[in-house]
Amino acid sequence: MLQLALVVVVLSVLIFGWLRMLPGGPVSALLGDRGTAESRAELTEALGLNDPIFVQYFAFLGRAITGDFGTSTGVSPGKPAMELFLERFPATIELSIAAILIALIGAIPLGYLAARRRGGWLDNAGVVGSMIGISIPIFFLAFLLKYFLSIKLGWLPTGGRQSPDIDATRVTGFFVLDGLLTREWDAAWDALKHLLLPALALASIPFAVIFRITRASVLDVMDEDYVRTARSKGLTRRIIRDRHILRNAMLPVVTTVGLQTGALLSGAVLTETVFSWQGVGQALAIGFERKDFPVLQVVIIAAAMAYVLVNLLVDLSYAVIDPRIRTAQKVS
Amino acid sequence: MTSSRATKIDRLASVAARGPEYEVGPEGRGSENGHDAGVSLAASAWRRLRRNPVFIVGAVVIGLFVLLAVLAPFIAPHDPALRLLEDQVSRANNEIPPPQDGYPLGGDQYGRDLFSRMLLGSQQTLLVAALATVIGLGGGLVLGTLAGAFGGWVDSVVMRIVDVLLSIPSLLLAVSIGALFADQSQFTVILAVAIVQIPIFARLLRGTMLSVRESDHVLAAKALGVKRRAIVFRHILPNSLGPVIVQSTLVLAIAVLDAAALSFLGLGAADDSTPEWGQMLGNAQDFFDSQPHLAFWPAGCIIVVALGFTLVGESMREALDPRQRR
Repeated sequence: MLQLALVVVVLSVLIFGWLRMLPGGPVSALLGDRGTAESRAELTEALGLNDPIFVQYFAFLGRAITGDFGTSTGVSPGKPAMELFLERFPATIELSIAAILIALIGAIPLGYLAARRRGGWLDNAGVVGSMIGISIPIFFLAFLLKYFLSIKLGWLPTGGRQSPDIDATRVTGFFVLDGLLTREWDAAWDALKHLLLPALALASIPFAVIFRITRASVLDVMDEDYVRTARSKGLTRRIIRDRHILRNAMLPVVTTVGLQTGALLSGAVLTETVFSWQGVGQALAIGFERKDFPVLQVVIIAAAMAYVLVNLLVDLSYAVIDPRIRTAQKVS
Repeated sequence: MTSSRATKIDRLASVAARGPEYEVGPEGRGSENGHDAGVSLAASAWRRLRRNPVFIVGAVVIGLFVLLAVLAPFIAPHDPALRLLEDQVSRANNEIPPPQDGYPLGGDQYGRDLFSRMLLGSQQTLLVAALATVIGLGGGLVLGTLAGAFGGWVDSVVMRIVDVLLSIPSLLLAVSIGALFADQSQFTVILAVAIVQIPIFARLLRGTMLSVRESDHVLAAKALGVKRRAIVFRHILPNSLGPVIVQSTLVLAIAVLDAAALSFLGLGAADDSTPEWGQMLGNAQDFFDSQPHLAFWPAGCIIVVALGFTLVGESMREALDPRQRR
């Protein structure tokens, strides 16, 4: 928690400094190109830019805490940046969760099998494949998937989150979940089809990274004494695999999943742009192009906080996974 | 509880940090953990590297591309900036010049020779990657040395800022840095990519320096009354550079990919008369549906170069990390 508080404080200083370093300063940043000399002077006074710098900082902090980051100037002009962010946030979460699920479900079994048959064809193909996986620009992979599967073959939709002719009820903002909750199966299936390609593209890097960590971690654990002991006790392979190897090998994997949050958010900016996915990442890309600084501000702050929060959860989950950490905490 | 990415970098640093007894060369004292007796870590790492096919493939790929970049001006058949085939470009019909005599890959969307642009693009791409890495490395060295050498509150302040920068997703950080420039150029891209790498280098170097600081030869130097400056620059820093050098190789790959991603998002020079693969790929997105090959060529080269740097970097890391040696 202390870490989170520290990050927020330092981040607020950085963002505050960033706004003042922008070309033209915060007034241009907030008004965009629409500002006249009058409105500029008015806003300069209203923003308190004539006050001492630390007064300005605390005023900025006060507004930020209440979620007031100004109104969007480019992505969706006139709308409060915070509102725009909250509207789009579920889309990005949905995409990221789908991507990380694909990566976990695919990469952990593959990584385990590769480690068990070390040097076999699956292992070699996996290691080479994972290196290629992290060397492909993610937006190019997204274009490839879109070009071949959507445009050439027409199997899947080219972009968006839902076909326009489907009138679905919105409950949570997660379109697939919405469809399931309201029992509108058509809508859920349609949303799932829209979700598949962007999620696949976004999953490429976490997939490669999780595969390699699982493989390395299983290799480490397999050499441990307790695995040899378990084997010599005559336990079945299955019990050794589930209780001794996988459980112990999962700790670095969980850490990696937390670390991939940042990569997912970076990747989301690119995949969302290619597939016109109405998420936070697309807002950032458009916001950057149109110099919509209020939106950029919210997205950057939220992304950093999400990253720290996820990693805090990861740290907390260690206690659940690893009994050694649980007892160590009790003792101290 | 620091952020996990920071912890991971620190662990990497402590694993790779070794005292000078590992680096004194073949005639030196040799390693303490028994294997490769009489051979320094660097020498034994090099011996393993030489035999590693992964490293060889990566090194050959990089070597070829560097050679290509050097020779490009001499083998490129045309000036990459001239719109030689402009008469064959039709905006309305989405037509661009097909491959023909003297133009093996055809023309691009402005009728410039794609083959020459691909050849000369290698120069800019490698230059962008190298400059971004050097600037990132330089910044990281300064911050990391400050934190690692002084410790105490300097360390705390520098590392808190570094931790926050590490918690911002790299592309978002790069974009926010790019937004600070009123006039965008290729240099904006280089700077944005470089600054994102500074906290990683800083954290890595600081972690290594902290463990080297505890080693016996530093204690000996302190006992002899060597000045702090000399201890830092002659005893700690040179022995802490290993992991940073490995990281630089990996960053070269990241820089090539990040530069392409930033070009795709519209950061960088509007003028593309000097070809660069990332920029070519970014610009080709508008024609992807009708002219996918405009994207395939630069993308293919980017993938191969990034893969080459990754192969070299990963095999170097494996060779230097005794835990992964199997």
